[in-house]
Amino acid sequence: MNEKVRFVQGNEACVEAAIYAGLDFFAGYPITPSTEIAEHLSSRLPGKGGTFIQMEDEIASMCAIIGASLTGNKVMTATSGPGFSLMQESLGYAIMAEIPCVIVNVQRGGPSTGLPTSVSQGDVGQALWGTHGDHAIIALSASNHQDVFAMTIEAFNLAETYRTPVILLLDEVVGHMREKLIIPEDGEIPLVQRLRTSVKGGVDYHPYLPREDGRLPMSDFGGEHRYNVTGLIHDMWGFPSGNPAVAHGLLRHLVDKIWNNVHQIARYKEYYLDDASTVLISYGSSARSALHLVQNRRQRGERLGLLELQTLWPFPASIVRDRCASAKHVVVVEMNMGQIFKAVKMAVNDPGKVFLANRIDGVFITPTDIRNILRLIRGKGV
Amino acid sequence: MSIKNYLRERFFPHMWCPGCGHGIILNGLLRAVDSLGMQKSEIVMVSGIGCSSRISGYVDFHTLHTIHGRALAFATGVKMSKPKLNLIVTMGDGDALSIGGNHFIHAARRNIDITAIVMNNRIYGMTGGQFSPLSGYGTKATTAPYTNIDHDFDVAELSKASGATFVARTSVYHAQQVSKLIKEAILHKGFSVVEIMSQCPTYFGRKNKMGDAVDMMNYYKDHTTTIGSKAKKENPDLIERGIFVQKELPEYCSEYEKIIGKAMKGRS
Ligand SMILES: Cc1ncc(C[n+]2csc(CCOP(=O)(O)OP(=O)(O)O)c2C)c(N)n1
Ligand code: SF4
Repeated sequence: MNEKVRFVQGNEACVEAAIYAGLDFFAGYPITPSTEIAEHLSSRLPGKGGTFIQMEDEIASMCAIIGASLTGNKVMTATSGPGFSLMQESLGYAIMAEIPCVIVNVQRGGPSTGLPTSVSQGDVGQALWGTHGDHAIIALSASNHQDVFAMTIEAFNLAETYRTPVILLLDEVVGHMREKLIIPEDGEIPLVQRLRTSVKGGVDYHPYLPREDGRLPMSDFGGEHRYNVTGLIHDMWGFPSGNPAVAHGLLRHLVDKIWNNVHQIARYKEYYLDDASTVLISYGSSARSALHLVQNRRQRGERLGLLELQTLWPFPASIVRDRCASAKHVVVVEMNMGQIFKAVKMAVNDPGKVFLANRIDGVFITPTDIRNILRLIRGKGV
Repeated sequence: MSIKNYLRERFFPHMWCPGCGHGIILNGLLRAVDSLGMQKSEIVMVSGIGCSSRISGYVDFHTLHTIHGRALAFATGVKMSKPKLNLIVTMGDGDALSIGGNHFIHAARRNIDITAIVMNNRIYGMTGGQFSPLSGYGTKATTAPYTNIDHDFDVAELSKASGATFVARTSVYHAQQVSKLIKEAILHKGFSVVEIMSQCPTYFGRKNKMGDAVDMMNYYKDHTTTIGSKAKKENPDLIERGIFVQKELPEYCSEYEKIIGKAMKGRS
């Protein structure tokens, strides 16, 4: 059998991609529907000399990966809603201290323990504003296993490029469904390695002084440069500072480094958008149903198109605005009460033409569900 | 080396109140490191949030000032990813044992090679004098104006029960013992806990009419004794000082090395 062609769960596709990307360290705590990621990594990582540790909870897992990233490793944790909630404080720490890491959230129904084994996309907003304080974040999603593979690698690459945590928002359907995955050859997908400082030992190194291009070269913690890392507002040496100018500068830097690069960070797929009079916008597993409907209706001559967002945050507003400009209707397909719908409404020129096609009952949204809503929008009745 | 050599002088003066016990712990810690002849670059100090946790900013090691209660979890990530480094984790009593209590017992249970120093002033100093899990029944605090009905832990017993393989206690009055015990703890391979009873004259002292810093230190002189001493037998209320546990058990990172060995053999 060709080992490069596999029939796997989405969670396994994520594991394969993380290993392809060079994952060194994983810490986690079991939770449905993400657990297979931890299970597979507990068997895969040690054989590569990497570290797997099951921590006492998700708070500890997030803290441990931050510690391990600092020493120069590619790190990841995986969880679902309740665990993702527990990680929020330390996620903010990783944002503040600019520590690359990947957090996978295989979404299930919430709030609270919610629907542990059912699908949802209810944590999209939390990914953006779950941790306190002004900040910016990168969140990606994927609708099929090949894309789970690609987006997992993107998550690692963007984390290193922007020295930031990246959230990969999968969902129960993508995580648990089995489908074909082709593992690319080594070198086929470019990998971003950590940017390390060229400052020699003994010379003053500024861990928090951005270069002209905005990037901040790192020095492996415990290596030749000794410096301070803190979650307090800090100066270029990493030392706490109460200076208003320092506070202003740091906050702006943390937000600007992401938002000024919204186009570089945007990942999306377009299907039949050129002449579409109705544009569906979706992401994650619900984009599968949206795509199915679009392909089906196109065969009958309906001018339906799909914009599949893979980068959810920073929200690629100008791309959305552009692709929706000539559409009569824009329909956001998602399994929550309209978390991306609101962002789309804000992005387009005519918010009145944006509609929501959703399900929030733990049942996967089908092409028929979307079609029924389309009929309502067009005044045709169900 | 002179003690000054281990300090980041440009970040002084420090933020501690006059008479705060935390400075004595800093001194004892640096003396311990110095007497071991350790290089500054071999040491990673991780701390949480609190007056005590500010200690990490003042020392010229690799320093990681984290979030409240989670220092040991961060330290676990650092240690597991670079086992050669020496990890010293400094925490306040609230940091280590209230919000961080779960991480504390689990780090002890794993017997990961980390030196945990609990700077126990029996109060939440940084937030202005609320009771901590070590304040003890009958004490007063800004959140216990009618006296505290929460009982305290015995840190040594808790550490022992959780599996720490080195457990010791002393007070800032016993400055020599502070550095001696920290030294032993650093040398120990496995999870080590040193509880150092410290004073917060600003809050615990004031709220409990303990007098000034000197009175509070004298309190530790008068109310502590060597483990198993005659004085302890005569007065069971005395708090014991010294090494409670010192034993060799497999250390977590070494055990993980074996897992890597097994996994690699399985592959070839
Ligand atoms: C999650 C969270 N909760 C509460 C606080 C507020 N806080 C900061 S320090 C502290 C307690 C400090 O007490 P302790 O750890 O005993 O150290 P000390 O200041 O007495 O040295 C608290 C409650 C915080 N920073 N983070
Ligand atoms: S408040 Fe208490 S613990 Fe904090 S610095 Fe002052 S004396 Fe020390």
